[in-house]
Amino acid sequence: MTQPKPSGPHDLTAHEHAAETSVGQVARFEEEALSLGRRIHRFFHANPTAAPALVLVVSVLAFVVLVGERFLAPFNLSLVLQQVTIIGTLGIAQTLIILTMGIDLSVGAIMVLSSVVMGRMAVDYGLPPSLALAVGLATGAICGLINGGLVTRLKLPPFIATLGTWNVFFALNLWYSKSEAIRSQEIAATAPLLQWGGTAFELFGARFTYGSILMLALFCGVWYALNWTAWGRHVYATGDDKDAAELAGIRTRRVLLSVYIVAGLICAIAAWLLIGRTGSVSPQAGFTANLDSITAVVIGGTSLFGGRGSIFGTLIGALIVGVFRNGLALAGVDVLWQEFTVGMLIIVAVTTDQWIRRVAA
Amino acid sequence: MTGVTPILEANGLIKRYGRVTALDRADFDLYPGEVLAVIGDNGAGKSTLIKALSGAVMPDQGVIRLHGRPVRFGNPMEARAAGIETVYQTLAVSPALGIADNLFLGREIRKPGILGSVFRMLDKAEMQRQARRELSELGLLTIQNINQAVETLSGGQRQGVAVARSAAFGSQVVILDEPTAALGVKESRRVLNLIRQLRDQGLPIVLISHNMPHVFEVADRIHVHRLGRRAAVIRPDTHSMSDAVAIMTGATEVEPGVA
Repeated sequence: MTQPKPSGPHDLTAHEHAAETSVGQVARFEEEALSLGRRIHRFFHANPTAAPALVLVVSVLAFVVLVGERFLAPFNLSLVLQQVTIIGTLGIAQTLIILTMGIDLSVGAIMVLSSVVMGRMAVDYGLPPSLALAVGLATGAICGLINGGLVTRLKLPPFIATLGTWNVFFALNLWYSKSEAIRSQEIAATAPLLQWGGTAFELFGARFTYGSILMLALFCGVWYALNWTAWGRHVYATGDDKDAAELAGIRTRRVLLSVYIVAGLICAIAAWLLIGRTGSVSPQAGFTANLDSITAVVIGGTSLFGGRGSIFGTLIGALIVGVFRNGLALAGVDVLWQEFTVGMLIIVAVTTDQWIRRVAA
Repeated sequence: MTGVTPILEANGLIKRYGRVTALDRADFDLYPGEVLAVIGDNGAGKSTLIKALSGAVMPDQGVIRLHGRPVRFGNPMEARAAGIETVYQTLAVSPALGIADNLFLGREIRKPGILGSVFRMLDKAEMQRQARRELSELGLLTIQNINQAVETLSGGQRQGVAVARSAAFGSQVVILDEPTAALGVKESRRVLNLIRQLRDQGLPIVLISHNMPHVFEVADRIHVHRLGRRAAVIRPDTHSMSDAVAIMTGATEVEPGVA
């Protein structure tokens, strides 16, 4: 019954022996000759912002040809930046959520609710503007906390949880605002701080608002947090493979909850910038903002399957949409074709993402 | 082995799930500098045993000792803090993150001074340096790019990263769950060499495997688990694979601990 004990190379089967004597170690990086296609694939795989950046450059060039010098005027380009301020800021929140393999349908509703809270606190209750702003920001964070609680405690899929809270927050917004807008003059008279984001300055013929500068600063801040802190690594790991992250010692529920709270807070900052941009507070504003923010994230190359993407991709994604809308408008094309183009962009972006996400081309 | 204190030992572990008894007064011991293989049929309770040792499961009764001192692990983090690292079959690596990021996942190093304390800035250079050192100690450092995404590595290379992580942080014991199950012949061979190398560095290893040739090749002792308890401990040089299978399936009755 007893078999010889396989010990040492003598008992190795022929193919194992071949393996034993072949060169190389366990983790060898093989730099084989790559075809051009695989090289391109590998480049885009390693640099998730490269593809959207390329699209942005090409679309800018295309509109220069199409509408001429007007498009490239500093004033027009800075106008594009102003036009994407709100969606770009919401896109930051959306990117954080999507990186964790979630989706947030309530970002627009959180923004509007927070802006109504800010406006009413300052104008109707006469709170000091800075305090009204703080209460508005806290409102956004609490909304995020509610979303995060539904996702981490009740284990609801983010899509369902935020579909629910979208309606809830929007209804609360209508109730609290009594469906009435707060006029720009009233805000200017009682709480000019709320309109701070709309303050503009000129630079080299371009016109920048504090709001768009704050948006860029937020992008930089979140980029730092995602790439240079342990929290950021944990956000990526949680979205990439939640079970693996858990086994590696990451408290994924806590990470998720923090992401939803931060996203809520950023939506409230978007609310502040929205008041700056429009001057007034309207409970009907930002109705399309949810889907526009998802559009910016997706065109920016962040994967809806989580764990992959970059925050600056979203800025580029928002700018691509802004460039198309602005350029098509300047070219005198009907608005419906703007929607058509954005739709096409989404489809192309997701198709590209699926190709890039594959490990081997 | 008498006279030497086991690094890790368990006595009379009992774990019930409802009416099913997964562990029925199970014993276990692991001595310094050895590779102990744990084998057993499906449902024999070996994975529950390993989970108890790695903190994933709390036994209902029984004592676990580390260096002779009783320990109780409420969760895997506590076991890790005590120096027991587990390489799960699923590897628990994050595919899109780089090798260095994965090695330090959950235990990142921050920069010294205000950058680290206030701005929570990661010390990427230091983590990469340590990752490189750890991989080269294990002979894995022909990887040129330490920030390469783990998903671009082969199965064996990923296993290498997971083992390197456990070796870097496992100061007492490394538990490897089916490390060769998903690998081809050549890569299995490399992982087995890696196991020997860790043992030679003085790290005791618990190896769970279904692969008898691998077990007999690399293990110093073999713990055979059957019906929720240790049926026997045998040695590869005194028993054959058929003996092991016979004990495992109950064809041969052995007095516990006879070997």
